[in-house]
Amino acid sequence: MIMKKKNFGLFLALALTGTVQAESVFVTLEKDNALAVVDPITGTLIKTVPIGQRPRGITISPDNKFLYIATSDDNTIKIIDAETLKEVGQLPSGDDPETFALNPAGDKIYVSNEDDSLVTVIDIASKKAVKQIKVGVEPEGITVSPDNKWLISASETTNMVHWIDTKTNTIVENTLVDPRPRAVGFTADSQQLWVTSEMAGTLMILDTKTKQIIKTIKFEVAGVTADKIQPVGVIIDKDSNRGYVALGPANRVAVVNAKTFAVEKTLLVGQRVWNLAFSPDQKRLYTTNGTSNDISIIDLDSQTVTKSIGVGNYPWGVAVKP
Amino acid sequence: MRSINQPVRIMVTVLLIIQLVGIGVVSAKAKQTIAIAYLSQDQNVPPPLSNLDAFIKNKGVFGAELGADDDNTTGEFTGQHYQLSKFIVPVDGNVIDTFTKEISNKFQYVVVNLPAEQLNLIADLPAARQMLLFDVATVDDALRNEQCRRNVLHILPSRAMRADALAQYMMKKRWTKWFLIIGSTQEDRLFADAVKRAAKRFGMKIVAEKTWEHTYDARRTAQSDVAVFTQAEDDYDVLVVADEQGQFGEYLDYRTWIPRPVIGTQGLIATSWHRTHEQWGAVQIQNRFKEKAGRWMEEQDYAAYLALRALGEAATRSQSVDLIPVKAYLLSDAFALNGYTGNPLSFRSWDGQLRQPVLLAAPRSLVAVAPIEGFLHPKTELDTLGYDQPESQCKWDK
Repeated sequence: MIMKKKNFGLFLALALTGTVQAESVFVTLEKDNALAVVDPITGTLIKTVPIGQRPRGITISPDNKFLYIATSDDNTIKIIDAETLKEVGQLPSGDDPETFALNPAGDKIYVSNEDDSLVTVIDIASKKAVKQIKVGVEPEGITVSPDNKWLISASETTNMVHWIDTKTNTIVENTLVDPRPRAVGFTADSQQLWVTSEMAGTLMILDTKTKQIIKTIKFEVAGVTADKIQPVGVIIDKDSNRGYVALGPANRVAVVNAKTFAVEKTLLVGQRVWNLAFSPDQKRLYTTNGTSNDISIIDLDSQTVTKSIGVGNYPWGVAVKP
Repeated sequence: MRSINQPVRIMVTVLLIIQLVGIGVVSAKAKQTIAIAYLSQDQNVPPPLSNLDAFIKNKGVFGAELGADDDNTTGEFTGQHYQLSKFIVPVDGNVIDTFTKEISNKFQYVVVNLPAEQLNLIADLPAARQMLLFDVATVDDALRNEQCRRNVLHILPSRAMRADALAQYMMKKRWTKWFLIIGSTQEDRLFADAVKRAAKRFGMKIVAEKTWEHTYDARRTAQSDVAVFTQAEDDYDVLVVADEQGQFGEYLDYRTWIPRPVIGTQGLIATSWHRTHEQWGAVQIQNRFKEKAGRWMEEQDYAAYLALRALGEAATRSQSVDLIPVKAYLLSDAFALNGYTGNPLSFRSWDGQLRQPVLLAAPRSLVAVAPIEGFLHPKTELDTLGYDQPESQCKWDK
């Protein structure tokens, strides 16, 4: 009896102060023209809101106030208030935006314009495109180094990563990589760039200083043919202990030791796993599973998949608000 | 003597590739130019079955141009320039003359969009010995088997690959009893042969076979004739039609005696490319092609695009424009080309056929992509389609 009362009091106190409020996971639903909001602690889909035509790339501002969402068939990147989920503005992304990257300061967005072989640089404050950079054919993966020195654009058909100086917005070097590079991600210290190749089934580790490939990891999964192992999304934890690679139609996430580059595990998630995001404390990893219409939650301490949550048609991108 | 030479040559080639691929950072240096010829001939406009689809005169050429554009975008970063020269011979012109006068001794790489007989004539010319020909038009299995030429790479899937793709899907659906209808042309008979081969490989039963005769008899309209024609003694699951020119196949659906779907050259078709295809980034190339050509991409366009891209990929990776290293790279295990169909494309080293998935498409919907899941192969499931190495009749080295 006493216990019960105490628990209730604790619950009430937490509820009132809002400290139990969990993080929110936002998932773009490409075929539903909507954004799904998930509570990852209870594992529930809280709501789904209409967001625009064919939403794909999504990211959150450093202050967690705004979501940027590429609504591809609207030919724009929408600025969404992360609290009210109302649209507060649009950015001139060029045609059919899919992937884009926000710089660490949160004042510039770089967009891959796949059909035009361009990267568009957008100044967020003025909502203006300030420059277009000519890159290889079908640019897709894009990221900015945490130290803000390098903008990386990967061209899927040219099979290169372009090293673009963020001060001058010009290409300084190009590294030829395995066929159909998809995603690019830096380590927290900006010393390494990790690049996935969809066609070769590999992860390449590039050294930022030399811009050379220092290690190529070929993924293998027992019982899955090489053709099905198509690495896409890649993300590395803040201490550079482990990196995680989504293996697309192999329906798995590979766990890569970031020191030895050994593949420690492959975790079975949903179908055609695409994009990845950490929880703010980096204790969980969220994956969007394109063709099974759900997201998976991986507990990173135990390295196990703990939940899968149905969200809607073709979950594409994922962003997390603390 | 031969047995010593062969491994040495392979080793030299492999070393060459390893050495050349060992490059990492690419910086634009002294320009290399790769000259590519595109050779085709205008066709007589065939009698139209209907006015629905206009005759497309220039299948292939826009695909080659788009491929060259993409190669040149890459080339801006690698210092390579791809120069595409087009030779379109008029209907009454002589292709061999054009080849001899305009292409011989000027080009190492030729995209050939011509029928099988002309392709073979060209491939056998002395000047063609020092060339690599990309065949973007034929589907003949003979050209990949007993008639194979070592200077020819075939981009489009052969008839056998197409028929195998259909058979795999039919097996998945358990529609195993086939009624085969064959048109009156030689090509139709070749497609029917591929269908029979596929039936045998995948355990299908051809319960009936008839040849469609074209007559001018006024009493025989499609409406009345097909119903009678499609009666068979034994029941069947699907009607398989071999009508490559489209002279009667479109008349079968909904006019059959019993309700049965149509597959083959009409109805559910097996193709390397289709306008309904949009997975694996295909939307991007569909859009880029339409913007350039003002029409949908046809199979020959797709093939010509892939030919240029394959050449570009090999030149980039081997850092060379010369025939020997480029060809060695194309036929090596390292070669992997994106064809927007989900699997990396490569060449079969035993017959020069491009290894690729085959789309199974209805007019307005993509039904499946072969190889169908569950058809296994020790090396790559793509080799469950068409002639695998042990079955090949191609002797490269003769």
